[in-house]
Amino acid sequence: MSAKIALRGVAKRFGPKVVLDGVDLDVGAGESLVVIGGSGTGKSVLIKSILGLLRVDAGSIVVDGVEVTRLRGAALAAHQAKFGMLFQGGALFDSLSVWRNVAFALPRGRGAAKLKAAALDNLARVGLGADVADLRPSELSGGMQKRVALARAIAARPEIIFFDEPTTGLDPIMADVINDLIVSLVKDLRITALTITHDMASARKIADRIAMLYAGHIIWQGAREMIDTSGNAYVDQFVHGRAEGPIAMQVRSA
Amino acid sequence: MTGVPHDILGVLRAIGRFVLGGLALVGRIVIFAGRAIGRAATPPYYPARLGEQLLVIGWFSLPVVGMTALFTGAALAQQIFIGGSRFNAAATVPAVTVIGIVRELGPVLGGLMVAGRVSSAMAAELGTMRVTEQIDALTTLRTDPFRYLIGPRVLAATLMMPLLVLVSNILGVLGGFILATTRLGFNAAGYLDRTVSFLRTDDVVSSLVKAAVFGFIIALMGCYHGFTSSGGAEGVGRATTNAVVSAFILILMSNLVITVIVFGG
Repeated sequence: MSAKIALRGVAKRFGPKVVLDGVDLDVGAGESLVVIGGSGTGKSVLIKSILGLLRVDAGSIVVDGVEVTRLRGAALAAHQAKFGMLFQGGALFDSLSVWRNVAFALPRGRGAAKLKAAALDNLARVGLGADVADLRPSELSGGMQKRVALARAIAARPEIIFFDEPTTGLDPIMADVINDLIVSLVKDLRITALTITHDMASARKIADRIAMLYAGHIIWQGAREMIDTSGNAYVDQFVHGRAEGPIAMQVRSA
Repeated sequence: MTGVPHDILGVLRAIGRFVLGGLALVGRIVIFAGRAIGRAATPPYYPARLGEQLLVIGWFSLPVVGMTALFTGAALAQQIFIGGSRFNAAATVPAVTVIGIVRELGPVLGGLMVAGRVSSAMAAELGTMRVTEQIDALTTLRTDPFRYLIGPRVLAATLMMPLLVLVSNILGVLGGFILATTRLGFNAAGYLDRTVSFLRTDDVVSSLVKAAVFGFIIALMGCYHGFTSSGGAEGVGRATTNAVVSAFILILMSNLVITVIVFGG
C-alpha cells in the first residue's frame, strides 16, 4: 500500500524556535492516524504544513505522489481541495447561518434550495436536525458547534480530513459522541484521517495507528493496540499523564 | 572612553534596524496590495460580498460624513468671514469656502471619518477571523480568503469614497451657505452664483481622485492589519489601533502629495 501522505525530514522554525526538526511520517489511504503530543509540540504546525497553509523550511511532503511544498496558485488550490478540516474551535463563520456554513464548500449555482437540502443531509449525518439550520453558530453550544463544523468538513466529501483536537473543550460524553461520529464518518465515507490530539481516550477510539510527536520528531509510532506496550518511556509518560518522567514540562508556549 | 564608539555603533545599529524594519513592512504591504488588486480583478467574484461591503462602507458612512461636512463648512465660512473682513475681503466667503471644502476638507475629513469607522471595523473583523482560524477554514473550504474577504472590501471602499466625498462636498458648501445667508447677511442667489462660478473642473476631479485613493488606503490598512494579526484578543486590539493610525497618516501624506502634484506646479 503506497502512502496517501508521506513526510520526509520536514522542518519548520519560527525565528529561533525550532518546532519541527525532521519529521518522517506516512499515512496510508483510508487509514486513521492519530498524532499525539503535548501542547506546543508543533502538532498544528504539522497539519498546517501539509495543507500548505504554512511553508516548511526543509523536507518533502508528498500527497498522492505530488510534492506539495513548492505548489503555488491554482496547483496549491487543487491540492487544498482534497482536504477537509475540523478546527479546534470549530472556526464556523459567525456571519452565516448554520446551513450556509455547512454548504460553504459545495459548488454554487445549484440554487439555494438544493444547497440547503445538501446541507441538511450533512447535518443529519452528525445527528443534527433541520431545526438548527437557520440558527447562527453563536446560538449553539460548544458540542453542537463541533458537530456543525464536522458536517461542514465532510460536506464536500474530501479525500483526506484533518481533525485538530476534536474533543478539546467538550464534556466526556459529548467528546465520546464526537469520537463515535468521527469513526463512523471516516469508515462510511472511506476518508483518510489525520487527527492531532492530547486526549488519549479519543486517540484510542479513533486511531488505527498512533504516532507521538516530541521535540520536533516522531519518536514512536505503531498500531493502536501497541500504545500500552510501546516500551518507550516518553510514550508511557504521556499515555499515563504522569508529571514525572523524561518529558520536562515546557513553561513557555510555542 | 572605549564606551563612546560602542554607543555610536549601538545607535547606528538601532537606526539601521528601524529603517530595515520599516522597508520590510512597506514591502509586505505593497505585496499585499498587489495580491488584493490581482484577486479582485479576476474571477471567481463574490458579488454578494461586494454588495454587502458597498452598503456597509457607503450607505452607513453617510450620516457621519455628511454631518462632518455640514458643520465644518459652516465653521469655515464663519472663519473666512472674520478673517476676510480684516482686509475688506469678506465677500470672498463663497469662493474660499467652496475651494477649501472641495479641494481639501471634504476629501480629507471624509477620509478620516470613514477610516475611523471602516478601517477599525475591518481590522477587528478580519483579526477575529484570523484568531479563531476562520481564515484558515476558508482555505480548506475551497475559497481564497483574498478573493472572498479582501478583494470586495478594497474594491467597495475605492468605489464608494468618491461618492461619499461628492456628498460631503455638497453638504460642506451647504453648511457654509446656510451660515452665510442666515448669520452673515449674504444674499442666497448671489452666494450660490459666486460658488458655482469659482469652482473649476479640476477642483472636483482632484477631490474625487483623492477620495478614491483614500478609500483604497482605508480598506488596505484595515485588511492588512486584521489579516496579519496574531496573539489573541490583545493582537486584535493592536491591529485595530494600527489600522486606524496608519490609515490616518497615509491619508494625510497622500493628500499632500496629490495636492502638490495637481496644484503645486
